[in-house]
Amino acid sequence: MEFLYASEVLLNGLMAGVMYSLVALGFVLIYKASGIFNYAQGVMALFAAMTLVGIMEGRVPFAHLINAAFGVHLSSFGWTVPGLLAILLTALIMVGLAIAIEKLVLKHLVGQEPIILFMATIGLAWFLEGLGDVMWGADVKVLDVGLPQGISETVETMTDGLFGYGFFIDRLDIWATVIAAVLVAALVGFSQYTKQGRAMRAVADDHQAALSVGISLQFIWIMVWSIAGFVALVAGIMWGTKSGVQFSLSLIALKALPVLMLGGFTSIPGAIVGGLIIGMGEKLFEYFVGPAVGGATENWFAYVLALLFLVFRPQGLFGERIIERV
Amino acid sequence: MKLKLATVALGAVMAAAPAMADLVVPNLSYRTGPYGANGTQYADGFNDYFTLLNERDGGIGGEKIRTPECETAYNTEKGVECYEATKGSGALVYNPLSTGITYQLIPKVAADKIPLYTPGYGRTSAKNGKVFEWVFNAPANYWDGASVAIKYLLDQNGGSLEGKKIALVYHNSAYGKEPIRTLQELGKKHGFTLTELPVDPPGQEQKSQWLQIRRDKPDYVLMWGWGVMNQTAIQEAANIRFPMENFIGTYWSGSEVDVKPVGAGANGYKALTFHGVGMDYPIYEDMKKHVIDPGKASQGGQFVGSVLYSRGMYAGVVIAEAIKKAQELAGTSQITAAQLRDGFEALDITPERLAELGLPDFGPEIKMSCDNHGGSGMARLQQWDASAGKWTLITDFTQPDQDVLDPLILEDSEAYAKEAGISPRC
Repeated sequence: MEFLYASEVLLNGLMAGVMYSLVALGFVLIYKASGIFNYAQGVMALFAAMTLVGIMEGRVPFAHLINAAFGVHLSSFGWTVPGLLAILLTALIMVGLAIAIEKLVLKHLVGQEPIILFMATIGLAWFLEGLGDVMWGADVKVLDVGLPQGISETVETMTDGLFGYGFFIDRLDIWATVIAAVLVAALVGFSQYTKQGRAMRAVADDHQAALSVGISLQFIWIMVWSIAGFVALVAGIMWGTKSGVQFSLSLIALKALPVLMLGGFTSIPGAIVGGLIIGMGEKLFEYFVGPAVGGATENWFAYVLALLFLVFRPQGLFGERIIERV
Repeated sequence: MKLKLATVALGAVMAAAPAMADLVVPNLSYRTGPYGANGTQYADGFNDYFTLLNERDGGIGGEKIRTPECETAYNTEKGVECYEATKGSGALVYNPLSTGITYQLIPKVAADKIPLYTPGYGRTSAKNGKVFEWVFNAPANYWDGASVAIKYLLDQNGGSLEGKKIALVYHNSAYGKEPIRTLQELGKKHGFTLTELPVDPPGQEQKSQWLQIRRDKPDYVLMWGWGVMNQTAIQEAANIRFPMENFIGTYWSGSEVDVKPVGAGANGYKALTFHGVGMDYPIYEDMKKHVIDPGKASQGGQFVGSVLYSRGMYAGVVIAEAIKKAQELAGTSQITAAQLRDGFEALDITPERLAELGLPDFGPEIKMSCDNHGGSGMARLQQWDASAGKWTLITDFTQPDQDVLDPLILEDSEAYAKEAGISPRC
């Protein structure tokens, strides 16, 4: 029975890892294409999810501000928008956000040190956090785009028949796995087989060389930030469905950091494999060692695991090897 | 030029004069950060009650009340900064809605001689007024809540919990660890086993804890959570099909914010409370007439009647009653913080007085004294009805097990007195 319990923990760890990977993917895309560690990725997930709920529920953006300024009592347009259409509209807003970020922030920082760009993304995170609250309010929002939640009875019955113990697998986690697989396949396909994808890789390899052959840095950055915005939206949907759309959603970035350290900052498959290893490792550690040390080991153990990998591969499992010659 | 300057200076003094005479009750709130959704509702209720008193009664004893807000973001350092920034404004009392901030403020308020009112949170042993001269935590504290929850389970099990298994899912912080010792003692007394399951804040990932609950099959789960941890836990409980009626949250795990994101899955979930719920109280007629309809409600009054709004309002009620009592005792309407402490110690909010305030049966009687700063500790349970979208009170106010709690409070407060070099008074 102990083996079955451990197997159940392992499976759930892998599923949790997929959820971490969804967040990590956004970081990887931007870092790969521009060398920027986007501190705002978690807040982008929050902003995207808030916007999605706002659109679905027909909320009036900036209602508090409008009400305070004009003494009116606006809150809703009185309509609701179907989930799929709202997702498309939110994706468009994330493209708009990417354009704004490029025009107002990145364009002015071309050629600056990476630390300057990193600092700019910290500012962006604070700005988006406030903008989201002012636009849609700070209340906890319920997000329901039709994704199922709760125990998968099929898996439970099947494993019960096979092993005499029904495994718990959350249907939302199964959906997250399918969505992550589709997303990764689409991203890999895009970067390998499309002109824009090749241009993105060229920019990632060498900005100057890419510019010299006529690739527009401006376009590539907008494109990459748009894709990262879409990935943030997907992560926001999955995590928002799980526990409501609220400020804490922005903190999921903390779960993505060890994944990035382990998988490497520049590899899309690395984000997935890193997520799986972190998810599995932290859950198994909690299961076997947690009770002996008072529990709540997951947060710190994820970082310990990532650091252990770094000892042997400083660039992460799939990261590009850094060779610097003096 | 001199005349102009003198006129401006005089104008400034005249403008400032009424403000200086106001009763100042700083609102150390948090409307941003991971717990902003909770803090906002509490802060609104707190503000609105004082607005009601100002608009309807002209304040307390003829003195208007001001509640200047300072944003703490539930961050201890910011909370202390807010305290330092506002204490010189004539602050009469603080209610920071954070156990972490409370712990930092306890020695400060003792030095500055300003009361600290922490209903349902903060340092439990502050109930002992002999040691904690400036801190008040009536009507109930964490340990009262733990005891009332166990009493409820005893009632449900014919008076015995022998052989039962209870799991405690808690916020891995000073706040979340508060009930452990009490529950351990109660476990010894009533024969149940306690499994402790910490969740690291903020608490969005709890799969391990709930898989363990699914394997161990405890009879009951208690929760000491806050913020997103609550929603995630209730969702995970629904996911593993844990019977919701056997899942009980503490005061801070029982608001609309905690259950609504889970939808129908949260139906039947129970939580402790030390006050009434909903809008079925006469006070809301006045609130509508004097505060909401004239557009004076905090944030437009969008959370009026919610659990956390009611709790913030209730904190306002207790503070206002203490101010009133202090004014009577001091014979002046312009009281000092030290005089307010006397008001708290002489406070007696009877059921009749609550009814006069438009809140019949809203809370237990609050009677404090020099040595009792925590009141009776009575609390009750509420249950979530997902289809109706509201909480329903399912028990009367219940007395906690003081035989177990009193020695624990004495032990903890005496340890603090020794550490801080305090000679017990009274």
